[in-house]
Amino acid sequence: MTARRGAPARAGGDPSAQDRPLLTVEGLTKRYGARIGCADVGFMLWPGEVMGIVGESGSGKSTLLGCLAGHIAPDAGRVIFDTRDRGPRDVLAMPEPERRMLARTDWAFVHQNPRDGLRMGVSAGANVGERLMAVGARHYGQIRGAARDWMARVEIDVGRIDDRPSAFSGGMQQRLQIARNLVTGPRLVFMDEPTGGLDVSVQARLLDLLRGLVRGMGLSAVVVTHDLAVVRLLSDRLMVMQGGRVVEQGLTDQVLDDPQHGYTQLLVSSVLQV
Amino acid sequence: MSEPKGPAERGKIVTEPEPISYNFAYLDEETKRMIRRALLKALAIPGYQVPFASREMPMPYGWGTGGVQVTAACLVPEDVLKVIDQGADDTTNAVSIRAFFARTAGVRTTTRTAEATIIQTRHRVPETPLREGQILVFQVPIPEPLRFLEPRETETRRMHALQDYGLMHVKLYEDIARHGEIATSYAYPVKVEGRYVMDPSPIPKFDNPKLSMCPAIQLFGAGREARIYALPPWTRVESLDFEDHPFTPSKADQACALCGAADSYLDEVITDDAGGRMFVCSDTDHCAGRRGEAS
Repeated sequence: MTARRGAPARAGGDPSAQDRPLLTVEGLTKRYGARIGCADVGFMLWPGEVMGIVGESGSGKSTLLGCLAGHIAPDAGRVIFDTRDRGPRDVLAMPEPERRMLARTDWAFVHQNPRDGLRMGVSAGANVGERLMAVGARHYGQIRGAARDWMARVEIDVGRIDDRPSAFSGGMQQRLQIARNLVTGPRLVFMDEPTGGLDVSVQARLLDLLRGLVRGMGLSAVVVTHDLAVVRLLSDRLMVMQGGRVVEQGLTDQVLDDPQHGYTQLLVSSVLQV
Repeated sequence: MSEPKGPAERGKIVTEPEPISYNFAYLDEETKRMIRRALLKALAIPGYQVPFASREMPMPYGWGTGGVQVTAACLVPEDVLKVIDQGADDTTNAVSIRAFFARTAGVRTTTRTAEATIIQTRHRVPETPLREGQILVFQVPIPEPLRFLEPRETETRRMHALQDYGLMHVKLYEDIARHGEIATSYAYPVKVEGRYVMDPSPIPKFDNPKLSMCPAIQLFGAGREARIYALPPWTRVESLDFEDHPFTPSKADQACALCGAADSYLDEVITDDAGGRMFVCSDTDHCAGRRGEAS
């Protein structure tokens, strides 16, 4: 079943854009030869809303996220983003320079492995400042000020601004990656297993931080994870994927507390209790 | 051995081997046409790296194979050639390339910047201002300014195409964060006519301002990397910097020990093993000219 249950919940961001979705996805399909990456996925994401995508490994979560973020070219479908200056536009039909500009201003992508999202060879400050410099910031003092500010916001000791990320712990690297992505004030964040590979106490702290940032900045986000606790904490709505298809979607609490589809029931009952 | 010869005749046979005939300026005409096509394209798109079919030259890579091919493609018999290596006319690289063209092209050579019509240079721009009609040929080891930041050629090409140059400033940011100032002192990246970011070859950043609005044609050849790029006359060339850390063309804070010039780029020469040193003009022609005028 793919019937939509529940409507957008919270308000946030620009009130004039409240009456239309930030992101509209229609019939998104990606095939790897005869196999299906993801098939006929469609949803709407409203300003200030967090959408969770769960499913087991190989269910097409990451492929879907890659297609949304423009890293992978899908075979069919449309991804319509409500741009700041020109209204809703099909991202897949955009020319490359525009899409790149979007990717470093209004969008952010948090990788599962911080090594994929960070530049390990340059200092933490330069990592945070890179997006600013990419969009034309040319004042060293201001770039450094922004880097300091953002390191403080993600709870990294500001004194480590000139250290390389390779000298950071896994949790700090992940928080640095988040700072680096949010420094340009994006409106839409894609997260691929943001807590993967971290131990539980670090996970809890990161989730707390993410929740604060998402709520505080009124961000919209698409969070891919296999960890149901993460979506319970972060997301307003939930999509369950199996074999590249969406099998169930609705409000997070509704889906998790009263799963309708057999696979969702299996998923929810598979969570280990302590 | 039919009949014995006199000593003079025998000596002649030994010292003068069969003369080898090369085409004018060593390269064949088709190769020169190919290089000229690349040069014209490079001049049409200032700062853009044009791939060309770089040839094997009779010298090792790193000795100026790119510059030599560009010079060979530009030379005409009426040209007067000057070759400098780090500013000097009398170092190995300069002497051998000058001898190479004196032999294969038979062109007149000079050490005077003002007299030369083509100047091939390794890592310096002459102090004497260039004029219209002159060609300055740079030897380039690594033409890609983004190479040490992004190792993939496919990606650097895309970055140039999309003007995605944020990474270049990340490097300058790192310099300031680590050293308190932009510590890059040579091969200092420039932006050409507000479009392409270009590596000016490893010239000291002292020479960067001379590239901008230069009346002469400036050609850059990288033999191993098979790339040619160019600055047409009167092209705007800006060195990248930050608003609060502006570009400064730095040099040793001394005057030349030989000619007393305070405004030329200086080489530091170690004179003994007790810390003795002197600073002299890197541009030998400029220095000699000044001393000639002074005496």
